[in-house]
Amino acid sequence: MSRFLDRIAAASIGGLGILLLGGCELGPKQATQTGYRGTGLEQIVDVKHIAKVSLIPPAPYPLPPDGGPTAGESYQNIKVLNGVSKERFDHLMAEISQWVAPPEQGCNYCHNPENLASDEKYTKVVARRMIQMTQNINSRWSSHVKETGVTCYTCHRGNAVPVNKWALAQGTPNPGSILGNRHGQNAPEANVGYASLPSDPFAAYLNENQQIRVAGNSPFPSRDHVASIKDAETTYGMMMHVSTALGVNCTFCHNSQSFRAWNLSRAQRATAYYGIRMVRDTNENYIGSLQTVFPAYRKGPHGDPYKVNCTTCHQGISKPLSGVSMIAQAPALKGVSKPTAPAEGGPAAATNVPAAFNDPQAMTGTK
Amino acid sequence: MALLSFERKYRVRGGTLIGGDLFDFWVGPFYVGFFGVVTAITASLGTALIFYAASLGPTWNPWLISIAPPDLRYGLGLAPLREGGLWQIITICAIGAFVSWALREVEICRKLGIGYHVPFAYGFAIFAYVSLEVIRPWLLGAWGFAFPYGIFSHLDWVSNTGYQYLHFHYNPAHMLAVSFFFVTGGALAFHGALVLSAVNPAPGEPVKSPEYEDAFFRDTIGYSIGTLGIHRLGLFLALSAGFWSAICIIISGPLWTRGWPEWWTWWLNLPIWS
Repeated sequence: MSRFLDRIAAASIGGLGILLLGGCELGPKQATQTGYRGTGLEQIVDVKHIAKVSLIPPAPYPLPPDGGPTAGESYQNIKVLNGVSKERFDHLMAEISQWVAPPEQGCNYCHNPENLASDEKYTKVVARRMIQMTQNINSRWSSHVKETGVTCYTCHRGNAVPVNKWALAQGTPNPGSILGNRHGQNAPEANVGYASLPSDPFAAYLNENQQIRVAGNSPFPSRDHVASIKDAETTYGMMMHVSTALGVNCTFCHNSQSFRAWNLSRAQRATAYYGIRMVRDTNENYIGSLQTVFPAYRKGPHGDPYKVNCTTCHQGISKPLSGVSMIAQAPALKGVSKPTAPAEGGPAAATNVPAAFNDPQAMTGTK
Repeated sequence: MALLSFERKYRVRGGTLIGGDLFDFWVGPFYVGFFGVVTAITASLGTALIFYAASLGPTWNPWLISIAPPDLRYGLGLAPLREGGLWQIITICAIGAFVSWALREVEICRKLGIGYHVPFAYGFAIFAYVSLEVIRPWLLGAWGFAFPYGIFSHLDWVSNTGYQYLHFHYNPAHMLAVSFFFVTGGALAFHGALVLSAVNPAPGEPVKSPEYEDAFFRDTIGYSIGTLGIHRLGLFLALSAGFWSAICIIISGPLWTRGWPEWWTWWLNLPIWS
């Protein structure tokens, strides 16, 4: 009897072990060192789980040379791309229909085929604003997108609406009740890497300017720097989103000795710093301005339009589309060169801790 | 050094694992043995090399001295002395010293005719160290994955390595290890308190027998594990803590590369409810 029980016990322990291994990644790994040896700063990835880039579509036809009559001269109701040559304008339209419009609808997804100049379809109004947004990203936020730039395809990938987007979270049905009210946390939410952290970091950090900073510049508590554990948790949730979106771990940007110190961080952190502000600018000034344009079925449960976060472009890769630049095929999307947005105290790959980061009040601000 | 009344009887030759009578003698209270000599050599050499490597570094601040493993590009090969080679030799010395010490314990057990429980238990500590410095780096393909020898620097390594998995508290083996560490502390406190309550009574009170201890726990929770059983339980709890600590780091990287919270999606994805 006892031997029988022993066998059952051994079999269940072995079975449990195999079951648990089933949840693991058994394949070959790839490792990159990102800091001084022995500091534990490295990226280890399971080769099989590196996010795949969908096949980048070839240009609809070769980019025509610049020159000739402009789109503004050739067409009516051109508000953004007037200065672009007609040939290149047509090329961009062909690209947009390939990158964004459902194939069965093509041009008609945005245009009335009887009158291409008409703004009667909401999609055309949105597309115009999106072209301005893309130009703004490529010029004002070159601190984030560098020379690679973005095109419609970076987010859309052939879909009319980008797959990765967010709107204000549904929230609990009865906010006044404690029953079933998780207070926006304690559920395995993909947004925050399936942790129990507050699962909607986007409203506060990617639509409003809530500071993603909780560490003070002193080991001791200070009245000048009040950041609660709850603040730390929402910050952590936001960072889980960034990590997941880029397919990297915390040490891709940070040295956990001090998440705050710029002189311990990698240059990638400065790129991310501008990226977060780029996303805010995009959500507030471009997508937010389309609030009244989008029909209800293109909005979230609270009636706000779907907005962008890091995943919208990155889709699990630290450089969207594995760093392939498509901007040369769509030069009109570069936009006029604008001064890049200044740092709010963060440097571009700085080696010094900027003054703003030594001023705790500047760090937390008044919310 | 005075001998206890029974000690002379057991101070007999033999029982050594290798080397026959070589070094089979005592110095004062200490048994020497072949493995005692090996421990002394490897421990001294390793310590001397730590001082030498520290002298090559930028600081003598004891908190900040750090002797780091090689860069990942050296893989599982040898690195130049100043670029991790010293770390490699120190690691060999450390493993040599730890294992020799365990084998010296085995020889003493053999002389005394007792079980190997102590070297077995100590073996778990060695296993935990070897997991971090050999097994995991070997599985990942480079010595550079091991932790550096330095007070602050090894803590930084622990922190950064944890953050490679976004939230290490979701590592299932880490959960088990932490729980076993807590339970070990709790069990030791209960056991110590119970023994003192019985055998260290107030002045004038007689010393109580183990039956009192058993009765206390039977009255409290309906069951007493007994005087022998409590030590088996204690050994199990403590070794489990060390064992799962070793497992939690071996699986981080070789068997899982993403955030640990995401690992639990196997549960969410069970066909029962998904």
